[in-house]
Amino acid sequence: MTMVEIRSAPHIKADNAVVKIMRHVVWSLLPVCAFFIWQYGLSALALLIVVTASCLAAEALFLRLGKQSGNLYDWSATITGLLLALTLPPGFPLWMGAVAGFVAVALGKAIFGGIGHNLFNPALVGRGFGQAAFPVAIATYTPSFMPGRFMEFIPSSLALPFMMPKDLTAWLNAFHVDGISGATPLARWKFEGVLTSSLDLLTSLSGHMAVGPSPLLILLCGGYLAVRGYLDWRIPAAVMGSAAALATALFAINPHHYPDPLFVLFSGGLVLGAVYMATDMVTSPVTPKGMWLYGALIGVLTVIIRYSGGLPEGVMYAILIGNAATPMIERITQPVAFGTAVKRKEKQQ
Amino acid sequence: MKLLNFLRGEAFARGVHPPQHKDTARMPITRLPFAPRLVVPLSQNVGRPARPVVHVGQEVLRGQPLAEPDGFISVPHHAPASGVVEAIRLHPTSSGPWTDSVIIKVHAASTQAVEWEQPQDMAAMNEDELISAVQRTGIVGLGGGVFPTHAKLRVPKEYPVDTLVVNGCECEPYLTSDHRIMVERASDLLAGIAISRRLLGSPPAIIGVEDNKPDAVEAIRALLPPDGDVTVETVPTKYPQGAGEMLIKTLLGREVPPDSRSYQIGAYVQNVATLALVGALTPRGRGFIERVITVAGTAVGRPGNYLVPMGTPLRFLLENVDAPADSVEVIFGGPMMGHAVACLDAPITKGVSGILVFRGQDLAPREARKSFPCIKCGKCIESCPMGLNPSTLGMLAAKRQYDMMAETYRLGACFECGTCSYVCPANIPLVQQFRIAKQVLRGREEAA
Repeated sequence: MTMVEIRSAPHIKADNAVVKIMRHVVWSLLPVCAFFIWQYGLSALALLIVVTASCLAAEALFLRLGKQSGNLYDWSATITGLLLALTLPPGFPLWMGAVAGFVAVALGKAIFGGIGHNLFNPALVGRGFGQAAFPVAIATYTPSFMPGRFMEFIPSSLALPFMMPKDLTAWLNAFHVDGISGATPLARWKFEGVLTSSLDLLTSLSGHMAVGPSPLLILLCGGYLAVRGYLDWRIPAAVMGSAAALATALFAINPHHYPDPLFVLFSGGLVLGAVYMATDMVTSPVTPKGMWLYGALIGVLTVIIRYSGGLPEGVMYAILIGNAATPMIERITQPVAFGTAVKRKEKQQ
Repeated sequence: MKLLNFLRGEAFARGVHPPQHKDTARMPITRLPFAPRLVVPLSQNVGRPARPVVHVGQEVLRGQPLAEPDGFISVPHHAPASGVVEAIRLHPTSSGPWTDSVIIKVHAASTQAVEWEQPQDMAAMNEDELISAVQRTGIVGLGGGVFPTHAKLRVPKEYPVDTLVVNGCECEPYLTSDHRIMVERASDLLAGIAISRRLLGSPPAIIGVEDNKPDAVEAIRALLPPDGDVTVETVPTKYPQGAGEMLIKTLLGREVPPDSRSYQIGAYVQNVATLALVGALTPRGRGFIERVITVAGTAVGRPGNYLVPMGTPLRFLLENVDAPADSVEVIFGGPMMGHAVACLDAPITKGVSGILVFRGQDLAPREARKSFPCIKCGKCIESCPMGLNPSTLGMLAAKRQYDMMAETYRLGACFECGTCSYVCPANIPLVQQFRIAKQVLRGREEAA
């Protein structure tokens, strides 16, 4: 029996697939997660596991309930979980983490119809929900590299559901270490006027700062993705470029009032947001020109929110606003069709 | 990668670099044996089918006309081998539909010398006579366009041609037939260029060759006339460099506006294989009875560049190159734009530049063919040589918004190079949907 297979051209395919891209994003996040665990010990490990498991559980539930696109093995819910956990304070109560993870997938992705259809970055939807629902817990940071972090949890991690987490002051005082503060560098700048060294922020290694994983490491991991073509370098370049440009301009005008641009770049979640959140393919523009515009919008908004908003950090809202603006940005940045650029020039002349 | 491309100075924007697989590039052209029966369809080209001028039972000589053109946009067909006309009846073609074909039982003992030719005194001919001399050869565009070459050579007088662009890119992976023709038949190519230039008002000619074929460039340069009217230029290897619009952009820096033809901006494109055939056949008054075809692919035991008599049944060719005739995917043309053959009894016709044979699983495992929702990565937009937005076009196609695709998103400019489907990580059949959309729109237009 002769079997001839008939397919429509093209008959060959580039070696890339959605699942492969997602898998590489997960791989590139592993060193960042490892750094986070090294900084904060058991609590960070438990938070990563609980939030990711909650995202996967939500994904599984909604895949079963409705006509969702995608599947549990496409790694997208895993990425959402890991990213969401990395944006939360390490001592965030685990039950709240589980709620935020579930909401991230449910309201961030599932109600839109699954992967490819969502408007907003699911991880940031989860964090946004956390910010609204648990405003105190999400602003309660603890210092990194505490002694005994691999032996015991940060007390707030294990708070019972619907109970207020314990006050951490007593726990912190018990360490008798000088210069310990639970405030993030951004909060210290905003509310106390204390600037942290940008080099320390870049490595996240020195002292007991209340910071996330090292921006340098995140840039390296993102660089790997960009080189492999699984991440569009334009977006982080535009976010960080525009943030740096605006911060430099303001710093030049009034260096006493505004922090230096390197502090703006490496503090808070700007690098993590620029490299891993703003670049979420589904919620960022498809057009190359649009990517620049979108990135620039996020960078500028971040600086404006940080400088003039009530909150010390503005990356999350900046990216969510960027997500919302994406359809409009795409509309005004359609590619120029071949042969039409010349015509337009002639018309102008 | 992008930076590298930028530094290399690629002239047309976007495009892709699929793995080349040009393993047959160094294999000289060899002759394929004659099949016991040859099938010559009367319709192998754009335009009207030819009218048969032989009757069943008639003895025909190799090179003798079997069918005469019916009008100007039509070409004759010639007997690819000496034999007897066994039948004139419907026969399946590679794309499926059956068409009237002349079936010749080949004389096994014949020497198969070309015995039918009428040498032409080209210098004494005027333009019209030269065009009909080209028409008598039965040549059509060999790149796959199969538009009658003599008709293409009659450019409307209001559009003076300032450059003859000779397309030696062969940007499709696997294919090497044009490459071998440039290496082995450069003199025929230059003769064909001379004839074309005469008909186009003697514009200078530029032969554009991708930089992965340095031996072809050398072979042609060695034979170039000293007056400098014909030159060879190396162009970057990139798909789809061999599309007429892209090659014009690369060589001349001009863009063909939408809904225009290239001669309207003074450039005239012909493919090297076509011109080499014009140069070889027109002066001798011979017919188009065989062509060079690359046979390659993972299922082919003896790949190569074969001189294949027209009308050779595909099944006979597959046996001769040690390709299994079961559970395969056979492609006429290249892997990016070629079409899958529906019937192994189909004959090989004038428009076939390559025959690729793959075992079903070789091209893409079944798992990799599953399609995902669009994740808006933008790879298609970054690759589309025409500057279209395949992502949005694909979403509109899924909703059957064909009118919007044509009006707002310039579906008409798509020449179906397949780059968007090739790069799509979500495996969305973009170009396939665009083909359907175009067909539906064409159908509506005809109905209206």
